[in-house]
Amino acid sequence: MSDVPMNERKLVGKAVRRREDPRLLAGRGRFVDDIALPGMLHSQFVRSTVAHAELASVDVSAVREVPGVVAVFTAEDLQLGDIVAQLGRPLSEFVPTAMPILARDKVRYVGEPIAIVVARDAYAAEDGLEAAKVSYATLPPVMSEEAAFADGAPLVHVEAAHNTLVDVSLFATEGIDRIFDAAPCVVEVDARTGRQNALPLETRGAVAHWDDREEQLIVHTCTQIPHQVRTVASRCLRLDERAVRVVVPDMGGGFGQKCVVGREEIAAAAAALKLRRPVKWIEDRKDALSASFLAREQHYRARAAFDTEGRILALDADVVCDMGAYSCYPFTAGIEPLMASAEMPGVYKVPAYRVRGRAVTTNKAPTGPYRGVSRPQYVMVMERLFERAARELALDPVEIRRRNVITDFPYKGVNNITYDPGSYLESLNLCERLVKDEGWYEKQTAAAAEGRHIGIGYSCFSERTGYGSAAFAQRKMQVVPGFDISEVRMDTSGAVTFTTGTMNHGQSHETTMAQIVADELALDIGKVRLHQGDTDRITYGFGTFASRSITIGGSAVRLAAAKLGDKLRAIAASRWGVAPDEVELADGAARRRNTQDVLPYTEIADIAYLQAHLLPKDIEPGLSATATFDVFNDGTFSNATHACVVELHPGTGQVEILRYVCVEDCGVAINPQVVEGQCRGGIAQGIAGTLFEQVTYDAQGEPSATGFMDYKVPTAHEIPDVLIHHLETPCAFTETGAKGAGEGGTIGAPAAVLNAVNDALRPTGVELDHTPITPETVHRALNGAPSLESSS
Amino acid sequence: MKPAPFQYHRARDVDGAARLLAELGDDAKVIAGGQSLVAMMNYRLARPRHLVDIGGLRELDRMHRDAAGGLHIGALTTHHTVETDPAGVLRAGFEVLKKAMTWIGHLPIRTRGTVGGSMTHGDATAEWCLLAVVLDAEFVARGPQGERTIPAGDFFHGYYTTALDPDEILVEIVFPRPAPHAALTEFAERRGDFALVAAAVDLDVAEGEVRGGRVALGGVAAAAVRVPEAEAVLTGGGSFEACASAAAEAVEPPADASGSTHYRKELVRTLVRRACEEAVSR
Repeated sequence: MSDVPMNERKLVGKAVRRREDPRLLAGRGRFVDDIALPGMLHSQFVRSTVAHAELASVDVSAVREVPGVVAVFTAEDLQLGDIVAQLGRPLSEFVPTAMPILARDKVRYVGEPIAIVVARDAYAAEDGLEAAKVSYATLPPVMSEEAAFADGAPLVHVEAAHNTLVDVSLFATEGIDRIFDAAPCVVEVDARTGRQNALPLETRGAVAHWDDREEQLIVHTCTQIPHQVRTVASRCLRLDERAVRVVVPDMGGGFGQKCVVGREEIAAAAAALKLRRPVKWIEDRKDALSASFLAREQHYRARAAFDTEGRILALDADVVCDMGAYSCYPFTAGIEPLMASAEMPGVYKVPAYRVRGRAVTTNKAPTGPYRGVSRPQYVMVMERLFERAARELALDPVEIRRRNVITDFPYKGVNNITYDPGSYLESLNLCERLVKDEGWYEKQTAAAAEGRHIGIGYSCFSERTGYGSAAFAQRKMQVVPGFDISEVRMDTSGAVTFTTGTMNHGQSHETTMAQIVADELALDIGKVRLHQGDTDRITYGFGTFASRSITIGGSAVRLAAAKLGDKLRAIAASRWGVAPDEVELADGAARRRNTQDVLPYTEIADIAYLQAHLLPKDIEPGLSATATFDVFNDGTFSNATHACVVELHPGTGQVEILRYVCVEDCGVAINPQVVEGQCRGGIAQGIAGTLFEQVTYDAQGEPSATGFMDYKVPTAHEIPDVLIHHLETPCAFTETGAKGAGEGGTIGAPAAVLNAVNDALRPTGVELDHTPITPETVHRALNGAPSLESSS
Repeated sequence: MKPAPFQYHRARDVDGAARLLAELGDDAKVIAGGQSLVAMMNYRLARPRHLVDIGGLRELDRMHRDAAGGLHIGALTTHHTVETDPAGVLRAGFEVLKKAMTWIGHLPIRTRGTVGGSMTHGDATAEWCLLAVVLDAEFVARGPQGERTIPAGDFFHGYYTTALDPDEILVEIVFPRPAPHAALTEFAERRGDFALVAAAVDLDVAEGEVRGGRVALGGVAAAAVRVPEAEAVLTGGGSFEACASAAAEAVEPPADASGSTHYRKELVRTLVRRACEEAVSR
């Protein structure tokens, strides 16, 4: 934390009611689809119906004849720049891909946009799609890692040999092979995780129009990264960046899927620019499921060496991530393999490490970030390795973790990352105690005696949050997210408006950031109002992802508020003729220490704006302050231990979650209720990927799911209540002591659930390492039928 | 996900609806609660040129018992009305229907979806189709040629096809006899999904002994089917376990992404036994 002393914590740490809720619960939120402008047109996309083909011809002449259609544009009509995401790595490690806004000469996945149809309503737009005639010279689709690497495989991008976009080998501790050769216990895991959709309830969308008076293209869109959308839009459309304004209304989730720049919002903006009429695009659920950004399809071949006491000696992993057809902007196809490679050792004291991380390109919709990014997968693999070692060495699964988690901080890992203090051991011990106190071990034994199958599983993990410029620069990203910015302004009524460059899409920034400002300025929270999501009002920000908003954005907010506080004190001090440190802020007023002298903010504001002649020469008129914040070390690590208790039903193979316990530590929780919401939602998504959801394709590359009947997002029925306990290890270098809390739930759940299932399967001798686990897989395991997994 | 253009017609009465259907021919579809049809239209998998809305025909929204104890359900009765049974007509013999409703989709679907809509849609896993088959329901249809009654055994022809003529309206479903020892159960990956397999039984119980019964399955063939092999076990005094095994051996369910033939047969075994146990405990 900075030297600025923390003002009295009145609201920070409290479950302040969400400022967002009254309007959202009453249906008075305003989302992109609620925006209706005079003369607005509606658009949809002609999309590829084949997975891999040369575009022989695109004939849209008949589309124009469809009643209600106003215009149709192809790549040739719009002549836009491509979206190209870059890493500063040699071609041997990273091959960039150009993602055209509309496909030009090749299509690389079913659903790839080819033309935009603009019509008077959404119905006519879809009628228009049916009139487009696209002819394809089909190529064999590349639909799996194995197919992509096969000798003579067709190339998704001719410039990417072996269909490989990223290939990095890291760390390779000297002598690691000898450690494996000599180790008394070596365990292996071969695990695959299914492709998933982050699935924000609100699909992607945009409303764009040209404003003649401002000479600006105004794009309302639901994005987590407004400034990056502005940058890409201005480059693709060849406009000055000031001529594009990105405005983000209420958002119904993002989870990373809206953290990349999509092609459709740029195309809709281009159409609006061409037609000089507002154009709306709302992604429908079919397109959202099949043609948006996906995630999580990974394959790990990992082994770990242990000594006879269960201490890990070395870790060796080969990670292949199926990134689909293109690199996403700004993160690139490196997002998953680089995250996994850099961070896999996690919470454990791993002395030797070697990893190869690859991104393979296939004829599937491209991959973007999804809450947790690779961490749900590598934590699952690490936790499987520990479970397997515990079995081999006949150790208690909790005990083997206890012997290996990092306890001395700061800890410099074998992966060159320095971990700041956390409660790895404490959370593990507390989580185990909670499970024991509820009697689950006794229930498990009793159930086994009745022939029932109850299992208990744990997962330990930490989550790097507050990635500053330093951490992302290390990844060699060419767009280095890191700093963020805030401006805090007080008006003559003493009310405060402040901004953040982060972008709420469900995280409660209007509440939590207002708590920080209200405490810092000793104001009623009702006097404090956040503005976000407008590139004209915020100088530059990097948006919300990687659990950065409270750590980095919240720190900038506090610094800016503290600066404004300094000014309030300076003005008051000048009135009293004392030094500023004689003045403190309390209850919406400046107070002279040890006296009864009080100057309410309204009076200070009156001087600052309306009576500026009263100000001393060294104080500028007005009451506003701007601050930025960045993290110059490896970031701050939140941590947690999860425990899951399941019962497997032999008649159906159903996995029933009987109990879920989470002991989490995100440093100072600005608002514990918001943190708990993050935990629950994250755990739900982690369970979803472990037991339910998977994006699949047929051999031709046609996605199987176009609705929720086939893409099995779990509902409230399938998700258990979660017992949450908080520990607090404050971060030493964020301005509030907070660590990020956005992703932990998703990270911990797959390992806990999978370990619980395997614990319950123990008597059968079957171990499952691939997710999602289907009821049939469990049924076969419980009933001694041959596994289906061997074929997958 | 917007439907192709169509014309909307609102029927004033059943005969008017049938006349409209006859006039409009093959391009017309009846819409009631719209819980299946609208989704198919939004995907443009169904593209009727005309929709004939019978949703306003209150005469089709009622349930009553006849003198013989049989139950008559108007085609426009919603699943939710059956589930809540405000008039208490399901008491004494038809509790199975009430309980089965909880397997259908979710509350909003049940408040819009209708019994007749589900029957005429003819999904192979639909709870109503299964109930009709196991309880020997009769379907009363009205068309330009007048009214006729079709037994459940002849009503379901296969995937989403029924015995109804294109210009006929289903007006009522009759469950001729009370079924105090009947039960329906199913398994799906998520609550409210279409079942992977659904099983329903209607046991004949006298003096505490099972003397026989009817066994039907959904999700194992193109339509809900009776399983005579399993029924024979019940008649012969065999155990529920033996009945369930006979059912599992008798069917050859098609495999799909949610489950292999082997797994579905195993579900049949589990669910038939569960349904029998639930039915006998009633």
